[in-house]
Amino acid sequence: MTARSIRVAVAATMATALSLTAAACSNPDTAKSGSGSGSTSAVVGIAYEPDSLSPLLGYGKDGNSKIFDGLLALDADMKLRPALAAELPEVSADGLTYTYKLRQGVKFSDGKPFGAKDVVFTYRTILDEKTNNASRTELDAVKDVTAKGEDTVVFTLKYPYAPFAQRTVLPIAPQHIAGKQDVNTGAFTTRPVGTGPYVLTKWSKGEKLSFTANPHYWGGAPEVKKFTMAIIKDDDVRATRLRSGDLDGAILPPNLAKGFADDKGKKTYAATTYDYRTVTLPTHNKVAGDTAVRRALDVAVDRETMVDAILNGDGKPAYGPVPTDSEWFTKGTEREHDLAAAKKILDEAGWKPGKDGVRVKDGVRAAFPLWYLTGDKLRQEHALAYASDAKKAGIAITAEAGTWEVIEPRMKHDAVLAGGGSPADPDFDQYTLLKSSLAGDGFNNMAWYDNKAVDAAIEAGRKSGDKAERKKAYDTVQRELVKNPGYTFLTHIDHLYVVDDRFGPLTTQVEPHDHGLASGPWWNVEKWSTEGAGGSKK
Amino acid sequence: MARMAGRRALFAVPVLGVVTFGVFAVAAASPFDPVKAYAGTAGLTASQENLDQLRANLGVDQPLVARWWDWLTSALRGDLGDSSVMRQPVADVIAERMGWSVLLAATAFLVAILLGTGLGVLAARRPGGWLDRCVSSAAYTLEAAPAFWLGLLAIWFFALKLDVLPAGGLTDAASDVVTFGQVASHLVLPAAVLGISQLPWFFLYVRQGVADALAEDPVRGARARGLSERTVLLGHALRSGMLPMLTLIGSRVPELITGALLVETVFSWPGIAAATVEAATSVDFSLLAALTVLATAAVLLGNLLSDLLYGLADPRVAFDG
Repeated sequence: MTARSIRVAVAATMATALSLTAAACSNPDTAKSGSGSGSTSAVVGIAYEPDSLSPLLGYGKDGNSKIFDGLLALDADMKLRPALAAELPEVSADGLTYTYKLRQGVKFSDGKPFGAKDVVFTYRTILDEKTNNASRTELDAVKDVTAKGEDTVVFTLKYPYAPFAQRTVLPIAPQHIAGKQDVNTGAFTTRPVGTGPYVLTKWSKGEKLSFTANPHYWGGAPEVKKFTMAIIKDDDVRATRLRSGDLDGAILPPNLAKGFADDKGKKTYAATTYDYRTVTLPTHNKVAGDTAVRRALDVAVDRETMVDAILNGDGKPAYGPVPTDSEWFTKGTEREHDLAAAKKILDEAGWKPGKDGVRVKDGVRAAFPLWYLTGDKLRQEHALAYASDAKKAGIAITAEAGTWEVIEPRMKHDAVLAGGGSPADPDFDQYTLLKSSLAGDGFNNMAWYDNKAVDAAIEAGRKSGDKAERKKAYDTVQRELVKNPGYTFLTHIDHLYVVDDRFGPLTTQVEPHDHGLASGPWWNVEKWSTEGAGGSKK
Repeated sequence: MARMAGRRALFAVPVLGVVTFGVFAVAAASPFDPVKAYAGTAGLTASQENLDQLRANLGVDQPLVARWWDWLTSALRGDLGDSSVMRQPVADVIAERMGWSVLLAATAFLVAILLGTGLGVLAARRPGGWLDRCVSSAAYTLEAAPAFWLGLLAIWFFALKLDVLPAGGLTDAASDVVTFGQVASHLVLPAAVLGISQLPWFFLYVRQGVADALAEDPVRGARARGLSERTVLLGHALRSGMLPMLTLIGSRVPELITGALLVETVFSWPGIAAATVEAATSVDFSLLAALTVLATAAVLLGNLLSDLLYGLADPRVAFDG
């Protein structure tokens, strides 16, 4: 039997089976048309579906939302550039006033002009406590936002906040539409209208988001005319549909991405990230709260092996929230894996090996539980590797799985395998991770870290507008973390994407912990060139 | 018959009321926190104040009974409330997804019933024959095979190896318009998988029923009277052999709903089942209650339907009341 005759036989069998049902109506062979018809369309598979597409509820707050634009945007090197603002903001000497001149002639995709009132509306709505926006804290610094004429917007802050401009990448919603409906559940949350390079044509919930290029986009009409994000939650199904040609690109976990390494028609992209995995060492735990134990664990852990064994080499050892290749990283704070040093630290601090090999001090056994999120394989493997490394130094860590509901009440005393990371500014991670006043505030400062020197440095880091001064402040934080690590940072994880070759060499941005819709090589799909790719496939 | 349907409908009202209260009670007692589910990853960096405000906005700080009563009274007025997890009115969520789930489940049900009955009759005709042995052992294997696994297998074989059917979605991923042909071709795999996962029960019941009937006096009498084998099989044996299967139809409805859940996930089918799981884990009271009412109604209807069919198929059975 040739492949063709098998195909015919299967089609015939299926058609027969179908004729029993009312749905017997199409020959499966012709119905299968493949995806991208021509090179001006792209279909990518993503793992998460957004809850809402309304910027007022938090969609696209880190920029790059395709349907919308922010006042500013981040380029490939994560540098701020103007978007709906005509230029970078003017900051007053005291750092309390940010003035944005707006780009002229920009229209929303419904043809109505964009203006200062839309910016004011967007920010005021987000700051309104009746709006169910869980990211409101990020705009905590804003005291007020006002329009000065048609083309100028002025933000006044409660306190000097150096990374504020980074926050203004959040998308601007049209007042004339979003202002007329219930902000939390109105039609705008599923049928958004923005100024961005793409217009949402359809959101089939649970299946896909379809976009078409905005021909009147102020930044120039995109070459990829149709862009589709298929929502496929299961990793294996996503890989299968990518292989079957249904998708042009997809995000994949390392083990499945490896399967495409030899595929000549596809390229694998590893996006570097700020996405860290860390172990919280809560101050209230008698063992984990002991600085000697923290320092010992910090050098007892074998980060290189974790990167190789758990991440297949697609990642980097982490020594703090800042990745080693970032400009904010403090050179010289890397910690080598050194078991002997760890044992020495513990010996000197009085943690003596007990009968079962676990160290004891003043009757306290060097043991504590480490929680990880149920079902998260990556966190599980990190937790087990960490426990195994700790055991060699004489510290007994028991890895336990639970949902956040189980873990949260225990966070004050038990260690947690946590993840996070946002790349735009060092303040975003470090303030919420380390500031002592935020201990136990929601999921902020889960380790109840309390270090006066760090508190002062991160305050200085967010207040000063001078980059050199800020760098000095964050250097202090990273050096303090060597002396007293409240967390054991383990790895920074690369995100892997496999994309059809015909779109040419693509770039990725430095990505956050969150897998937003804008992550991946399609972060700038509006800039993709389809030149010379026409008709190469399909 | 109409009186029975009427009585059942009347009986359904308190049942649905109790079920919705049960949903609210179970959801309230569950360890899941609706606020955390609503906030998602943003909740991991949100301040406690922000989370508390959300709790108040979503109304989840109200006591259980008050919340249930609010939901019930506005539902009776036609307002099903807003889904917190989908950020849109519950009525919209259901309207967008319901039809696709019904299409999938109905097609699968038809596949299962028709194929199950057909194969069951054929197998019963020659118990122990090669067809009976093959199909029976396949049926026992299928009973143990999860629908999820069958789905992956079907995708691997039909979409990847043979490339004859699409691997998922309602239409081709690049296509925006929902055409009949597109939906039909995309329906084949999920409906076949869901149908086939339900098939063993129907097959085994019909096979047993028809085989038993073939050994009974009326059938022997019919044969003795010289009726054709065809008339004996379909007119006599199938008719009484079908009876146990008709009760099965009602009892399979819940199974069909849970099966649809897995199949919808594997095939990215935009139905209501996936929303149900999300509603449950996010403690989305309004959506969960509405969906539970629908599922309960489906089960009650399924039972009514099988009782009615039973009465029609067997004149000896009286309709209650």
